[in-house]
Amino acid sequence: MVEQKQFCTFYLDGHFFGVSVETVQEVFRYQEMTVIPLSPPEIRGLINLRGQVITAIDLRCRLNMEKLPEGQLPMNVVVRTGKSVVSLLVDKIGDVLEVPDEVYESPPETISPEVRKLVRGVYKLEGKLLLILDAEKTVNISASQAIAS
Amino acid sequence: MSNEEPVAPDLNSDEEGGQEDDGMGEIINEFLVESYENLDQLDQNLIDLEQNPGDTSILSSIFRTIHTIKGTCGFIGFTKLESVAHVGESLLSKLRDGELDLDPPRTSALLAMVDAIRQMLSCIESDRNEGSVDYSELVETLTRLQSDDAPAEAAAQETAAPAKVEEPAPVAEEPKQEAPAAASAEPEIEPIQPSAEIDADMEPIVDEFLVESYENLDKLDKDLIELEQDPGNTDILGSIFRTIHTIKGTCGFIGLHKLEKVAHVGENLLGKLRDGVLALNPPRTSALLAMVDAIRQMLGCIENERNEGDVDYTQLIIDLGKLLTDDGANEVAAQAPVEAPAAVEKKEEPVAEAAPVVAEKKDRRTATPAEQAQHVAKAGDKRTAPDRRNEQRSVADSSIRVDVDILDRLMNLVGELVLARNQILQFVPTGADSSFIATSQHLNLVTTELQEGVMKTRMQPIGNIWSKFPRVVRDLSMAVGKKIRLEMEGKETELDKTLIEAIKDPLTHIVRNSCDHGIESPEKRAENGKDEEGVLLLRAFHEGGQVNIEIIDDGGGIDPERIKAKALEKEVITQEQADRMGDRELVNLIFAAGFSTAEKVTNVSGRGVGMDVVRTNIEKIGGTVDIQSRKGKGTTLRVKIPLTLAIIPALIITSGGGRYAIPQVNLLELVRLDGDQAKKSVEQIQGAPVYRLRGNLLPLVYLHEELQLKKVVEDEAINIVVLHADDRQFGLVVEGISDTEEIVVKPLGEQLKGLAAFSGATIMGDGKLALILDVMGLAQKARVITEHQEKTIATSQSSQGLQGDRQTLLIFGVEENDRIAIPLSEVARLEEFKRSDIEQSGDQDVVQYRGEIMPLIYLKKYLDVEGADRQGENNELMQAVVFTRNDRSVGLIVGRIIDIVTENIVVKRGANRPGVLGTVVVQSRVTDLLDIEAIVNDADPSFLVGTTDLVMAEEVS
Repeated sequence: MVEQKQFCTFYLDGHFFGVSVETVQEVFRYQEMTVIPLSPPEIRGLINLRGQVITAIDLRCRLNMEKLPEGQLPMNVVVRTGKSVVSLLVDKIGDVLEVPDEVYESPPETISPEVRKLVRGVYKLEGKLLLILDAEKTVNISASQAIAS
Repeated sequence: MSNEEPVAPDLNSDEEGGQEDDGMGEIINEFLVESYENLDQLDQNLIDLEQNPGDTSILSSIFRTIHTIKGTCGFIGFTKLESVAHVGESLLSKLRDGELDLDPPRTSALLAMVDAIRQMLSCIESDRNEGSVDYSELVETLTRLQSDDAPAEAAAQETAAPAKVEEPAPVAEEPKQEAPAAASAEPEIEPIQPSAEIDADMEPIVDEFLVESYENLDKLDKDLIELEQDPGNTDILGSIFRTIHTIKGTCGFIGLHKLEKVAHVGENLLGKLRDGVLALNPPRTSALLAMVDAIRQMLGCIENERNEGDVDYTQLIIDLGKLLTDDGANEVAAQAPVEAPAAVEKKEEPVAEAAPVVAEKKDRRTATPAEQAQHVAKAGDKRTAPDRRNEQRSVADSSIRVDVDILDRLMNLVGELVLARNQILQFVPTGADSSFIATSQHLNLVTTELQEGVMKTRMQPIGNIWSKFPRVVRDLSMAVGKKIRLEMEGKETELDKTLIEAIKDPLTHIVRNSCDHGIESPEKRAENGKDEEGVLLLRAFHEGGQVNIEIIDDGGGIDPERIKAKALEKEVITQEQADRMGDRELVNLIFAAGFSTAEKVTNVSGRGVGMDVVRTNIEKIGGTVDIQSRKGKGTTLRVKIPLTLAIIPALIITSGGGRYAIPQVNLLELVRLDGDQAKKSVEQIQGAPVYRLRGNLLPLVYLHEELQLKKVVEDEAINIVVLHADDRQFGLVVEGISDTEEIVVKPLGEQLKGLAAFSGATIMGDGKLALILDVMGLAQKARVITEHQEKTIATSQSSQGLQGDRQTLLIFGVEENDRIAIPLSEVARLEEFKRSDIEQSGDQDVVQYRGEIMPLIYLKKYLDVEGADRQGENNELMQAVVFTRNDRSVGLIVGRIIDIVTENIVVKRGANRPGVLGTVVVQSRVTDLLDIEAIVNDADPSFLVGTTDLVMAEEVS
């Protein structure tokens, strides 16, 4: 029998992404954020999630993509990695997909280095490719770098 | 008791074989926790005992602790620890029996023993063995001190032959296990003693014993059943053995002989089972369960009636005795169907019924066991006792142990609930539904109470850390040859557990300092006409949402001139600054970094870790420390810390469109510059903006610039928040100042840890977030303070700032636009007097007030305000603030009463005229704080003195 893995999927600038479903705590619609001065550009702000203060990361920015066009609001995918709980801002949320291992492949060399760093692999689905994000690496942003620059 | 100890020295080897670690590990951990708790108490007890050598309850408590430790060690196989505890116990038992007196050498030896035990415990904790330190000398000393002529000898004799380490002078140890027959026979022959009544002194010990034993007994039942299923399980056996042994030891010591006997035979049986000499079979299990029941029954009697009850357990003892041999077991087993269950039955029923039996015990003393049993059975039918039990919560039920993690989690949840509540309350004005309003009000009340309740669970009395100070003070005073008496007030004052831990070291340092530098030698004290014995007073109390801890000594005080000289010598301040500083500021210099006043470095203090570390540590937890000293009279150190770290008071400000919270701890004062003033008063030094704050240059930092934000409010006015960070003051220019609020501190995520400007975030009442500014980080970022900062400039400013405090103030004025405040607590009443009521007494205006003659003080005249003569000329009615002290009152005539406000006020101690303590910002307006004592004292110097003077003064006037 072929191994199946479950991913929570979402869209970013026309690309189809997924993160392991175990790391996802919840998804919710856009919520107002508190801007953090001096923070790196990929950190969009803080969100009050039922009394818990969580950091929101702009995935488009993290992956070096264009900004979301004016008037469109991102959605939150809350992931839990290690100790920290972080919200990933995405364009649109997709379904939870169960994909077979046999269509898996490592990310090709040709994609941009920013994306390659954070993408664990690709599932070749019918009609589209599912890029799997490494949640751990994605949320690993050091604020001090931004200040130095 | 002590000499009946069935020690099992070879147990260790038995145990070490197979499954030592898991099972034993748990027992050892439990033992460590228990012992550490006890040791702290022990230190305190020994000091107390030295003061009251005759106090048997203290002695008993000590004895019991050591005995428990010894017993457990023996069982676990810590022979070295056991040997130390054993000689200590022997000495203690002689002291308790009055054979010996407690003298300083003995106390010291006992304290040394406590230290040795503590040392071994920590070795056990870290390495699972007793460590390799040789305690033979200590054992030797303790042994020697058991004879009357020994103390002198002990004092003289420094070194002793370390021959008896492994086999430490076993004073009177009878290995009972060797002769189980004799042991079991004993109770048969000896008549059961009449049940002992408990000494009143023992009460606390007995209660403690009951709680402990009840806990253990429940476990025991379970363990015994489990053991029957799995007879080879030595872990369970070990645990049972230990429990019974502890109960036995304690009983013997409290004087509960009947209980002790039952436990003793049980223990013998358990010992055999554990050593594998006997195997556990159903009759043995039944007998042991019957024993547990019997013990529980007696405990019930002890709890209700303070005696063991008079049920006869001879049969049980005999049965247990018989079961010690396999033959006996068979015999009992043969009887079992008939007799053993009956015996058990007999014991079990009375468990609940113990109370009525005891109630009628007086005429039952002489009754035969059979009659008693009948009576018990009868009483059992009536079932009266359970009702009685229900009324009184038993000792064991009144407290439970809870994991701190659970409390932390609860605390977080309550924090969230508080925020949710705040959000709901904001909807209330818009929603007109009355039931919604009522419900939200109810929610409000319940949440507040819940918050307080949960906070309380984390609270611990400060006495927990104070308990080690008597020992510290004693050791210190011995070491430096001083006589110091330690007094403590407000031991029960509670504060958050984490804070308790955090202030432990700073407090210890302060106490050591006071002993070493504060209090003088007896000779010097005598010279100065003081009692040879110095007094160190620790006092704790709650005030204004904070915990105040005062450390007061009646020593030599701090000489400001000496401090000044030292500070100049160490270049902590410049001559110019020194000249400007008042005594109080000078004294506070001891907190400056790199400052140690100790002229000679002793081994006690003055080793470079100075008071600056103390201050840093206290400030780290949002506290403040202040010192006041009068030369020759003594020194008072006042530490103020918040009740909890999770919720702090903060000032909410806005800048660049965002809201930020500034912890109140860092806040000194607020300055607002309007229009013209704003343009003129901010000056530039090479591009760096500064503001002249009462003659000192205050560097300014624009928050929106630091945070790289655009200014959103184009306003002429400048709001300066004066902050202090690490001795330095600076002004933070913000766009708007909102309010002070209690905020719940939430940590920032890992991604933002690198941002030095923020220390966390908080959720505001509207559900939105605000960042908490890290004043220190901000100051470093703005280069207000650098790593190699010049302390020279810093220090003059540091001592000026005083901590903000939440106070209720009465605001009034004497002329058109001024504002003067006094703490409402100083005000007895507000009154109006008619001009015609004023009479003259000498040159003093007085009124008749409540049957007394009350002098009047015209505040306007006193404060030297223009036009003072015409005060109240046009008004028929005059407003008076009545101030009362020692049953005497004085009326302060003021112009108008403005308001009563409760605010976090920040005092700027800049008294520029007589009668004014300083200036505060109240309701965002500058307000003078009246020095009421000085004014009253000026007007009538006798007023604040003792009552006898007052009567005379009154007659004169």
